[in-house]
Amino acid sequence: MNAPVHHQTLVTPAHPKALASGQFKVTARDVDVYYGEKQAIKDLSIDIPDRSVSAFIGPSGCGKSTFLRCINRMNDTIPTCRVTGDIKVDGNDIYDPNIDVVQLRAKVGMVFQKPNPFPKSIYENVAYGPRIHGLATNKTELDEIVEKSLRKAGLWEEVKDRLQHPGTGLSGGQQQRLCIARAIAVNPEVILMDEPCSALDPIATARIEELIDELRQNYCIVIVTHSMQQAARVSQLTAFFHLGTLVEYGDTDEMFTAPQEKRTQDYITGRFG
Amino acid sequence: MTEVRNELVKKRYAAERRFKFYGAAALTLTALFLAALLVDVIIKGIPAFHETSVEIDVKVDPADVDPANLPGGNYDKMIKEAFRAEFPEVTGRAEKKALTGLLSTGGADSLRSMVTADPSIIGKTVTVPVLLGDDADLFLKGLLTEQKTVPGKATLHIARLEGEEGFVLTGDTTGEAAEKQLGLTPGDIVRFKGGAVRVTGVQNGYLKADPVLPPDPSVSMLDAGQWDVVSFSVPEANRRINDNQALWLDQLKSEGRVKNSFSWRFFEAGDSREPELAGIRGALIGSLLTVLVALSLALPLGIAAAVYLEEFAPKNKWTDLIEVNINNLAAVPSIIFGLLGLAVFLNFFGLPRSAPLVGGLVLALLVLPTIIIASRAALKAVPPSITEAALGVGASKQQAVFQHVLPLALPGIMTGTILGLARAFGETAPLLMIGMVAFIADIPQGFTSAATVLPVQVFLWSDLPEMAFKAKTAAAIIVLLVVLFALNAVAIYLRKRFERRW
Ligand SMILES: Nc1ncnc2c1ncn2[C@@H]1O[C@H](COP(=O)(O)OP(=O)(O)O)[C@@H](O)[C@H]1O
Ligand SMILES: [Mg+2]
Repeated sequence: MNAPVHHQTLVTPAHPKALASGQFKVTARDVDVYYGEKQAIKDLSIDIPDRSVSAFIGPSGCGKSTFLRCINRMNDTIPTCRVTGDIKVDGNDIYDPNIDVVQLRAKVGMVFQKPNPFPKSIYENVAYGPRIHGLATNKTELDEIVEKSLRKAGLWEEVKDRLQHPGTGLSGGQQQRLCIARAIAVNPEVILMDEPCSALDPIATARIEELIDELRQNYCIVIVTHSMQQAARVSQLTAFFHLGTLVEYGDTDEMFTAPQEKRTQDYITGRFG
Repeated sequence: MTEVRNELVKKRYAAERRFKFYGAAALTLTALFLAALLVDVIIKGIPAFHETSVEIDVKVDPADVDPANLPGGNYDKMIKEAFRAEFPEVTGRAEKKALTGLLSTGGADSLRSMVTADPSIIGKTVTVPVLLGDDADLFLKGLLTEQKTVPGKATLHIARLEGEEGFVLTGDTTGEAAEKQLGLTPGDIVRFKGGAVRVTGVQNGYLKADPVLPPDPSVSMLDAGQWDVVSFSVPEANRRINDNQALWLDQLKSEGRVKNSFSWRFFEAGDSREPELAGIRGALIGSLLTVLVALSLALPLGIAAAVYLEEFAPKNKWTDLIEVNINNLAAVPSIIFGLLGLAVFLNFFGLPRSAPLVGGLVLALLVLPTIIIASRAALKAVPPSITEAALGVGASKQQAVFQHVLPLALPGIMTGTILGLARAFGETAPLLMIGMVAFIADIPQGFTSAATVLPVQVFLWSDLPEMAFKAKTAAAIIVLLVVLFALNAVAIYLRKRFERRW
């Protein structure tokens, strides 16, 4: 394979560990995304390191969700959507016709903007994924996975006595953590989160942010957020999107203190948004 | 400025009041129509749920029953003889016929089943409830004519006219008009122990009368209280029970031998030419079989079509065309489906006429678009976030649809299906086209035996001249409405029970 051709908009991440190992979890090269005739992502290239939180920020409509949804091919569900370019997870092209989307989505989990638990019991919500992927051979193993996932999502203590209650009966923040537990239950390596806190109150938001920080130890997390404070709080890396292009991607602290691009500067100082 | 505004506010209030009034008026009017319809049907139909029988002491004659063939005995003869024996004074051929004509042609059935159930009663005398004919039944229910019976107020003298059939009636005092003294007018019937005469006219201060039940010749004078004046609101010529029959029935009634009981027969019997024997069992079973066929075809087909169109089909002009046509199909008059059934199922495939199988096929076609549309709406109502959630944890599209979306849409699908079935259940026109409109006395035994359905039964009965069938018609309508209301209630219950707000 040729050496990666770095597009001018690509800013090599300054994350020390990732750079040191030279390993990136998700890499994208020259990605274009179209909805019918309309281009939503233009010529995007990015390298996202493992075991870190990358935040996507940018004005609304700039294509953050669109690109996020490319990473687990959620865009496949939109008939008009067309993706060109290269996106790799662990070095495997995920748009390769031989790739099994279902396997990919188990590996690249997703948490949505609005908490969307299944209208089933808390237990069933978490157990569903492991069950369809055959991760547990018996009930005990399944129970273990459910407990482990709920613990990782910081929800176990709150729901352990009512696992059979409907997941939709939980509070908004709890529902979102349930969705995170559901995503974790299938052993993903990447977790995509599309504005996971936008429907939550500040306390629930803080809980989720804490959780994201803990999950960073084991997962590659990509989070879209409309709040720059949130990006600053939870992420190590920040990507700034504007009008379908990736303007700048780099160390969060640097990005907020000394952005390299004028447009980033303008955005984070609130000159447009 | 404020004046203009006040003016506007006033106008707006007036407009709002007017609108409220229109709404309330429309609602009231609709409710009134509906109530009138229901009350009318119920009042007309209630009598059909009761049947009248008369208790007769019958000697079960061993000569008329072959112990080896109990159901084949001549029970009709026994019943008729026993009934005639109750009225020994009835001698004329025509009178005898009129007397036994009160009984239903199926009147012997009760005796037959009694003997069949317990052959030991052969040779004994048993009290048998014998079903009355439809006219007798209607008369006793007071639906043929009103009857007024008043006790005679004065002494009545009765004398036979020389060499004639008739009689003369006079009071105590000669000179004063007999009709005044006795309180009688032509048409009235004077009934007394041992006979009855009908007043035919007034002549020279006395009343002329004809025999109704030939009086005992020994009777010549009756004190006040020994005789009754019976009058009917409908003249004899205009009713299906003549005066003799009416008086016999009245006598049986006053002896306490007429029994009015709930008519299980109405639910247990098939159709019949005799109104008192006709029931809705055949039509109900026919409806059930037909709807069963329709359901087992339309439900899986409808759901499969809806799931495919809603979740899997590519959105292009072909699927658009199909969608438009499904909507069009739902609006096609039902008789067209009947014609289609006639042409395709009967003439081309050669399936049997009048069969629930074919009826069900036609109704399945009829309700299929309704079910597809309802199912698609129910599927559409499941938020896409559920599908996304399932896909997000690595479910395939098919798993997402069948494990999450479809179960959530099922209550809505069921509601739509039940409403579709209710429509199929009440459908008449297409079934007429495939011959489910014949007179079928037998209760259908299977999907291919000749049958009719409840609404068609209503249609058939409503066309018959017998008055008793009018009540049967109304009663069948009541049953039909009860079934339809029940189906709708289930649909509403499902909707309320499983309704979800996202
Ligand atoms: N399903 C879709 N069909 C057509 N256009 C879409 C669709 N989803 C998003 N878009 C368009 O793509 C662009 C990027 O949208 P999105 O990725 O949702 O932005 P963001 O998440 O940054 O607010 C917007 O202009 C939006 O209108
Ligand atoms: Mg978005």
